[in-house]
Amino acid sequence: MSTIAESTAPVSAAIATTAQIRSWKIPITFGGFAVLSLILFVVLGRGQRGELSTFRLSEARDLIQLPEMALPTFATGVIIAIVLVLLAAASVWLVYRHRKIPIVLTILFALLFLVGFLAWAASGSTIPVPGLLIGTVTLSAPLIFGALGGVLSERAGVVNVAIEAQLLAGAFSSAVVASATGNPYIGLLAAMVAGALVSMVLAAFALKYLVDQVIVGVVLNVLVIGLTSFLYSQVLAPSANLNSPDVFPRLNIPLLSEIPIIGPVLFRQTIIVYIMYVAVAVVYFGLFRTKWGLRVRAVGEHPQAADTVGINVNRTRFVAVTLGGVISGFGGAYFTLGAVGAFNKEMTNGMGFIALAAVIFGQWHPIKATLAALLFGFATNLQNVLGIIGSPVPSEFMLMLPYVVTIFAVAGFVGRSRAPAADGKPYIK
Amino acid sequence: MKLELRGITKRFGALVANNNISLTVESGEIHALLGENGAGKSTLMNVLYGLYIAEEGEILLDDVVQKFAGPGDAMNAGIGMVHQHFMLVPVFTVAENVVLGHEQTTFGGRLDLSSARAKVREISDRFGFDIDPDALIEDLPVGVQQRVEIIKALSQDAKVLVFDEPTAVLTPQETDELMIIMRQLAESGTSIVFITHKLREVRAVADRITVIRLGTVVGEASPTATNAELASLMVGRAVELTVHKNAPELRGTALSVKNLTVIDARNQIVVNNVSFDVQAGEVLAIAGVQGNGQTELTEALIGLQHHVTGSIELDGKPLRGYSVRRILDSGVGFVPEDRTEDGLIADFSIAENLMLDRSSGAPFVKGGNLQLGFRAKFAAEKIHEFDIRSQGSAMEAGRLSGGNQQKVVLARELSRELRLFVAAQPTRGLDVGSIEFVHTRIIETRDSGIPVIVVSTELDEVVALADRIAVMYRGEIVGIVPGNTPRATLGLMMAGEHAPETEAAL
Repeated sequence: MSTIAESTAPVSAAIATTAQIRSWKIPITFGGFAVLSLILFVVLGRGQRGELSTFRLSEARDLIQLPEMALPTFATGVIIAIVLVLLAAASVWLVYRHRKIPIVLTILFALLFLVGFLAWAASGSTIPVPGLLIGTVTLSAPLIFGALGGVLSERAGVVNVAIEAQLLAGAFSSAVVASATGNPYIGLLAAMVAGALVSMVLAAFALKYLVDQVIVGVVLNVLVIGLTSFLYSQVLAPSANLNSPDVFPRLNIPLLSEIPIIGPVLFRQTIIVYIMYVAVAVVYFGLFRTKWGLRVRAVGEHPQAADTVGINVNRTRFVAVTLGGVISGFGGAYFTLGAVGAFNKEMTNGMGFIALAAVIFGQWHPIKATLAALLFGFATNLQNVLGIIGSPVPSEFMLMLPYVVTIFAVAGFVGRSRAPAADGKPYIK
Repeated sequence: MKLELRGITKRFGALVANNNISLTVESGEIHALLGENGAGKSTLMNVLYGLYIAEEGEILLDDVVQKFAGPGDAMNAGIGMVHQHFMLVPVFTVAENVVLGHEQTTFGGRLDLSSARAKVREISDRFGFDIDPDALIEDLPVGVQQRVEIIKALSQDAKVLVFDEPTAVLTPQETDELMIIMRQLAESGTSIVFITHKLREVRAVADRITVIRLGTVVGEASPTATNAELASLMVGRAVELTVHKNAPELRGTALSVKNLTVIDARNQIVVNNVSFDVQAGEVLAIAGVQGNGQTELTEALIGLQHHVTGSIELDGKPLRGYSVRRILDSGVGFVPEDRTEDGLIADFSIAENLMLDRSSGAPFVKGGNLQLGFRAKFAAEKIHEFDIRSQGSAMEAGRLSGGNQQKVVLARELSRELRLFVAAQPTRGLDVGSIEFVHTRIIETRDSGIPVIVVSTELDEVVALADRIAVMYRGEIVGIVPGNTPRATLGLMMAGEHAPETEAAL
């Protein structure tokens, strides 16, 4: 080192030689579904005596009426099964040639299988497509709020297993407060406060007392279930006037609500769903386009780096977790003010955990998590609709559907999903 | 800006990390802070940067006393820091990292990244860095990441810049470039504090040198002092800087690695088609900058990597694809590079750590029962033999000093019947005394006819121990050269340039 080199040569490039390892996950999945479709649509094919499967695309009160689509059940099944087999073969070929399987192919495969399945299930009857989709959006609302709350919290580095507790606390307090005041909007406020309180407990234990975040979350879930159930049986059950809030009506947005299919699905919903659209946009904008979001993501990825530039790590985390609780709690109001019109014991029924799955499936991204939540909502509603039209699949099996989708989604289809680097790790100087 | 530290004292419980340290850095001066690992250099700088609050003493900038409650205050006062472990968010872009904590916003609270980009470009152009403001940090090589750290400090108008062990992760070429940058900065009036334990670098770049030992300033030196003078000041006694060893007594090829390729969990090729032989009785050193596949190569040898192709043969018997247990049983000794993480169980006693890899049978375990008497006797012997300074074999390994922890690992690995010895970063973070001990042990192992592989990122260590040197770069062996190859050549090879006479040494 006695002589210092004169030139400032460019520094070597990073190591990034990616190995060509064939991943057979997608072709195997495709193959499995292709075989399933052959068995279901062809071997056990329904409608071999020429029954039709009808897809109804418009609701009776729509201005623009789309014609009903009637497909011959068996022929549709056979054609779709053949196409699926071909797509599976294509995926095998792509992987064998070390090529990437385009996401479009996966989406096409999933849609075709879905249409085939619906046609098969609805042999001789009618599927109300708008109804199926409207229900999807409605049922997804609490999932989406919960997932947004989870995304906010986890992006800041605090694992939020307590989404279920936040939803339930929101549902309970919104019902009580809306009934007591007679004003559902105050009920919404109460839901937000309740969600915030739950997440403040989470934040305090996780950040101040450095308790394992998953354990605090689980304990909070159990605590809130116990507390609300106790209060329900002791307070709400005897005096029914504390548990009869007004339910938000569906508001049709002029013009937009008349667009075929999309209109009824997106723009004939309650105010809770409209606020949900705004919430998704606001969380996305907040996280990725503002100074605050940059700091939240920094403390979730590398808290020490944030500390060395003068950002208060724990305060930033506390605020993000609390805001997450506000959003999740708001989602809880859907159960009481958006749907049922009364609080019931454990009425969230595990939705908080599905929301958590949506966070992971959505790669900790607000928009992707929303799409994941919609997928789960669709699976839930499909089970409802098929139950109504009398599907050949046993309803117990259909009840499993959303959870099966969740497991598949979280385990296989996401690809490599990377959590914020400091997620779940308390920051100790 | 002139920086002055007066009588800084910082305690952690009973431990005095900094004891009444005073230091003055003039404007435009490069002031080196020299000391061994654990001497208290980083603590002092964390006090200066507001991360720690000192119990006594004061910090003066241009003769004005400062009170820093946190890094934010220090930054506002004009102190910037280039941390040893970069304080950069890997998934953020360069511009995002540079503005973090000082973000400009536009209408509606929107982040104004375009002004950040302009700032990065402006500083980058001033020093000829050539950095894309929109590149993700995790995609950049460490040398460039360090420049981002420098830009980050300069963007806050830092007048005092602290470099904490900046060369630990750099190639010799990158180190040279860093020296030039430091000179440039000093000429433009920035005061620089350069923390290091590498004598060579201090003498190349510093204007003044302050030496710290055990938390106390033990003297000042000028850059014209010799290595030996600086080393004895740093350690507190005369130090043997070279390892005494005789010419190797080669006894034929023992380990033969052919076309070894390792693919990690992220599908990256981390070791790419590597072939080499090691003879019994020689030390093959594997040199290279951290993260060029050395870790994965040693892990592949011991059976810890999963996607490994190629062949590994020890004494003619294949090793690849076998379990770690079986590889250990075939006589491979392994010192992992992170002794606290992989080498020891901190909460276990010394005696328990010494038998970690022998729990499967006699003499430590008979009929499923631990042979405690035998273990205690064994531990006492090894503590004596390896000079492990402790309060007995029941003491927890985690409470030992780094040097003594490493001696426990060495004692465990070397007390089996070995056919191959692999030591990864055997002296990282150790004091000079322990380094001498470890080096002597490695050479003794070699002389007893065992093939030895030493992986090190410290060129000094490589040169001191190696009979032959294999240089790794981006997962490949750039070349295998004799142990007396000049440093400049090794430096070029560490940056990926092939040595002209590579084949001659094979």
